[in-house]
Amino acid sequence: MMSDKKTELAVAALAAGTVIDHIPSAALFKVVHILGIEHMSNGVTIGNNLPSRRLNRKGIIKIESVEFDRATLDRIAVVAPTATVNIIRNYQVASKTKVELPETLINTVACPNPKCITNNEPMKTRFDVIDAEGPVLICHYCGRTVCGDKARII
Amino acid sequence: MDTHSLVAIDDLNRHEILDLLDRASYFEKNPNSHLLDGKVVATLFFEPSTRTRLSFETAVNRLGGRVIGFSDASTSSTSKGETLKDTIKMVSNYADLIVMRHFLEGAARYATEVTQVPIVNAGDGANQHPSQTLLDLYSIRKTQGRLEGLTITMVGDLKYGRTVHSLVMAMRHFKPVFNFVSSRELAMPQEYLDLCDELGIEYHVYTDFSPEVINSSDILYMTRVQRERFSDIMEYERVKDLYTLRNDMLADSKPTLRILHPLPRVNEINIDVDDNPKAYYFEQAHNGLFARQAIITACLGINPEK
Repeated sequence: MMSDKKTELAVAALAAGTVIDHIPSAALFKVVHILGIEHMSNGVTIGNNLPSRRLNRKGIIKIESVEFDRATLDRIAVVAPTATVNIIRNYQVASKTKVELPETLINTVACPNPKCITNNEPMKTRFDVIDAEGPVLICHYCGRTVCGDKARII
Repeated sequence: MDTHSLVAIDDLNRHEILDLLDRASYFEKNPNSHLLDGKVVATLFFEPSTRTRLSFETAVNRLGGRVIGFSDASTSSTSKGETLKDTIKMVSNYADLIVMRHFLEGAARYATEVTQVPIVNAGDGANQHPSQTLLDLYSIRKTQGRLEGLTITMVGDLKYGRTVHSLVMAMRHFKPVFNFVSSRELAMPQEYLDLCDELGIEYHVYTDFSPEVINSSDILYMTRVQRERFSDIMEYERVKDLYTLRNDMLADSKPTLRILHPLPRVNEINIDVDDNPKAYYFEQAHNGLFARQAIITACLGINPEK
């Protein structure tokens, strides 16, 4: 309990924005990349390797004054299926949801197969989710399967 | 007329597979016709494959159609850097059907997304080659009189061999028993074993190519063990001759056993097997013509018996 309290104290409260919590530590920077945080001028707080009862170690990202569309948030589910999304408005949690993996991911993940047509033709990638738990994805074109934690995000 | 593409054998259900096999039987009895009168079929071979191309082009010619295309990407504008999309769109202006072979995996699937002209996949890298699987199925049904309840033994490279993977996928509709015989390095991938478990299909995994396995089989499906598949050359040297079929190994096999091989073969079937009436690999290749006539007419929505 003590350690949980410290986590909360370490990160300042948001007036408005988005908090993404329960990110597996290994996936934190992939989530940063998916959200495009590198290119933002908003206030961002990133914590990692914080103690978590569910995940053992977790990451958390707070972004001021931004709300992401659902499609962007759902892409997070590829690398961080445990992530939760809190929308903050006026210091209050306006909504709290889990990320949800869509059945099909268009141009989200790069195919690891160098001989796949998607790596050799100017076109969008497409992966179908065959196991939402893993998650495990399969390339619609070459049939190569990819585990979410190994997926290279475009 | 209902036209459609054929990209992967997995896309076909049991009924569609049987329909194609019935068509192939029809074309074996009636090889020459005018069903494709006035039709133009493009054969686009971005990767050379003389055997497959000649088989498809013969199929079109015997159906009375005409063929355009190229047999090597170096003679097409691909060598100038044209995208696959642009090549397919250009050819779509001329042809009623496109048969394509490509070195990249997923190329045929992608082609179906950029054109209304039906696409027949004649092989996309290590991925899919549905006409090969169809001719395998046709050969199995023709020699055994049925597809249901057969014991099919696959030998050699079960890890990378796309023909054996496709055959597992196609035969899953027909209650088979599978024997998977290979070295550990080249074993059938777990996903196919899982699929068999899921569907309640009986299978056995062996590293020994033993008489017991051969004698229980209705079909022996031999494949080539390729040196370049091995990370460890010592391992290759150790296993390369373990999965070679010799005539004396067939002494107590079932009289109805037939030996199949997608060809080309190297040393996995000794030439002393060639004269055994159970050797079927040369006729098997011949059946490819009927299987391809079946595919072409089905994709163009042409009913041969009308």
